[in-house]
Amino acid sequence: MRAFTQLDGLVAPLDRANVDTDAIIPKQFLKSIQRSGFGPNLFDEWRYLDQGAPGKDNAGRPLNPDFVLNQPRYAGAQILLTRDNFGCGSSREHAPWALDDYGFRALVGSSFADIFFNNCFKNGVLPICLPAEVIDRLFAACLATEGYRLSIDLAAQQVCEPDGTAHAFEVDPFRKECLLNGWDDIGLTLRHADEIRAFEAARKAAHPYYFR
Amino acid sequence: MQQAQTLYEKLWSSHVVREEADGTALIYIDRHLVHEVTSPQAFEGLKLAGRTPWRTGSIVATADHNTPTDHWDEGIKDPVSRQQVETLDANIRAVGALAYFPFKDERQGIVHVIGPENGATLPGMTVVCGDSHTSTHGAFGCLAHGIGTSEVEHVLATQCLLQKRSKTLLISVDGTLAPGVSAKDVALAIIGHIGTAGGTGYAIEFGGSAIRGLSMEGRMTLCNMAIEAGARAGMVAVDEVTINYLKGRPYAPDGAAWDQAVAYWRTLHSDPGARFDKGVNIDAATIRPQVTWGTSPEMVTDLDGAVPDPAAVSDPVKREGMSRALAYMGLAAGTPIKRIAVDRVFIGSCTNSRIEDLRVAAEVARGRHKADSVKQVLVVPGSGLVKRQAEAEGLDKVFVAAGFEWREPGCSMCLAMNADRLEPGERCASTSNRNFEGRQGAGGRTHLVSPALAAAAAIAGHFADVGELN
Ligand code: SF4
Repeated sequence: MRAFTQLDGLVAPLDRANVDTDAIIPKQFLKSIQRSGFGPNLFDEWRYLDQGAPGKDNAGRPLNPDFVLNQPRYAGAQILLTRDNFGCGSSREHAPWALDDYGFRALVGSSFADIFFNNCFKNGVLPICLPAEVIDRLFAACLATEGYRLSIDLAAQQVCEPDGTAHAFEVDPFRKECLLNGWDDIGLTLRHADEIRAFEAARKAAHPYYFR
Repeated sequence: MQQAQTLYEKLWSSHVVREEADGTALIYIDRHLVHEVTSPQAFEGLKLAGRTPWRTGSIVATADHNTPTDHWDEGIKDPVSRQQVETLDANIRAVGALAYFPFKDERQGIVHVIGPENGATLPGMTVVCGDSHTSTHGAFGCLAHGIGTSEVEHVLATQCLLQKRSKTLLISVDGTLAPGVSAKDVALAIIGHIGTAGGTGYAIEFGGSAIRGLSMEGRMTLCNMAIEAGARAGMVAVDEVTINYLKGRPYAPDGAAWDQAVAYWRTLHSDPGARFDKGVNIDAATIRPQVTWGTSPEMVTDLDGAVPDPAAVSDPVKREGMSRALAYMGLAAGTPIKRIAVDRVFIGSCTNSRIEDLRVAAEVARGRHKADSVKQVLVVPGSGLVKRQAEAEGLDKVFVAAGFEWREPGCSMCLAMNADRLEPGERCASTSNRNFEGRQGAGGRTHLVSPALAAAAAIAGHFADVGELN
């Protein structure tokens, strides 16, 4: 996994609550058996005026000028600013794959849906939860300031505004460690293979009917 | 004396392989359900890393999301869908599984329908699947939740999952449900009450006399929608209803093993006095049939209600969300729900495609005919076994006589990955679980309802009370 340590990046504001994973990457793209290439179809139904399909060339498709990511000032954004319950709905990991493929490295919002939140960490994308008042303030600042950037320091667990105002955020110590080092979960878990084997044997002895 | 424990705590603690100081635990997984959409990248990752599956006997697999619901003789026409189903086929055939129900198998069906009906979902298990509606299986007193594809790979490789303990939420529904009020209405009413993020970070236990009074099918409907309330897992304690349902199922234990299992399963309930982090009480008698009007399951009201007015809401983010939803849904504030006409009706999905759901819908359809204004009424059984049972009871004939279409099992128009979908602007009464923008087809408008209300809408052409149909 790609490590995440620090990031100073342009912010794109997506001012909606309950953005679901169907909106992040519509279902037709889930037919792919790859992990990459979803970026051009991120937010497909909001981003384009026509209907997207897997394999369709996205370069010539009509863009929806009202959609925030299509505004030139947000080109190259690496941080997505969002509202409550971002990533709700389907567990598809294609959602963080698409965000990552588009170029987002961090998400800043007031709350995230559980499965999505977890999936982000597995892909080196950092979701950051800040209080709703702070999010309101960041939205206002971002909309008012062209080229608005935030800097994120995972080790220090801080998001810094351009004027230096810092906001602390919580992150699970284990996930933080994995992200800082780019560690692969499976490799870590397999270090405990003996313990897993012992647990399994004991469980099988106590509850043989789960092992047929 | 041992401290009183919640059901969740019992399930959790019986699966902890090891725990780090920060509370991150390695949890052993008993059952791994696999379908074609979220598994290809996991199998590929496994292969690339030179790893092999830990215990293929934990795997139950099927193809459901992409499979067509008619003309099975013609196979899967969409080449991209076909490739995904074939990839699953190749992967499962290469590694093996406890059970595999491929496309066209007589026991093929929606992954959350086939696990329980085959007795592959058992009380006390941890059950995972690369699918958020895995919460369905919690109806059996097990710890069941959806996972992402990286976690699918993690479970394949290690038989474990890295998890942190959830907080616990007890939702008690006490009293008697009014006639015509189903588990789906209870689920929607709960989501309307606590919101789509109300359960975030919690494992929900559904309790109370009204829940005890539900069949296993009703409990599955309810737990299915726990994820729509933001909770990864929903669960119901084991009781006689659970045990009776499982007896004799193909993968359930039998003989002495059955007795041993049942003795353990009877301990799978929250102890008296167990402490939950949060509690919500709902009076069953207050729940009316529910219909969603917006693009989130929490945007829901009574069948007798009306589309709400965003102007009456003070929170600007919420108001804006409501306005956007009404624009998408093509609805004006104040419109009575019963005056909303539908173009299509979908009866199916892992929420409501089991035999009891089909019986209820058939009762409404019996001797009646769909309204001319309704273009299509799809009835999609949850599995081949449900289909066979329904046909044995003659339900298929009732549906066909009413002008409904009787299809082959699968996810179908729940998420429209196959050919079953809404056209832009079309309005659908659907027994599925998500009314998100574009969920049933780009530009499609979904209203979530129970099977009875879906069938009633098909007959009347608009939302209607079953009792008011002629
Ligand atoms: S029926 Fe719908 S919600 Fe259920 S598993 Fe299939 S697509 Fe998902």
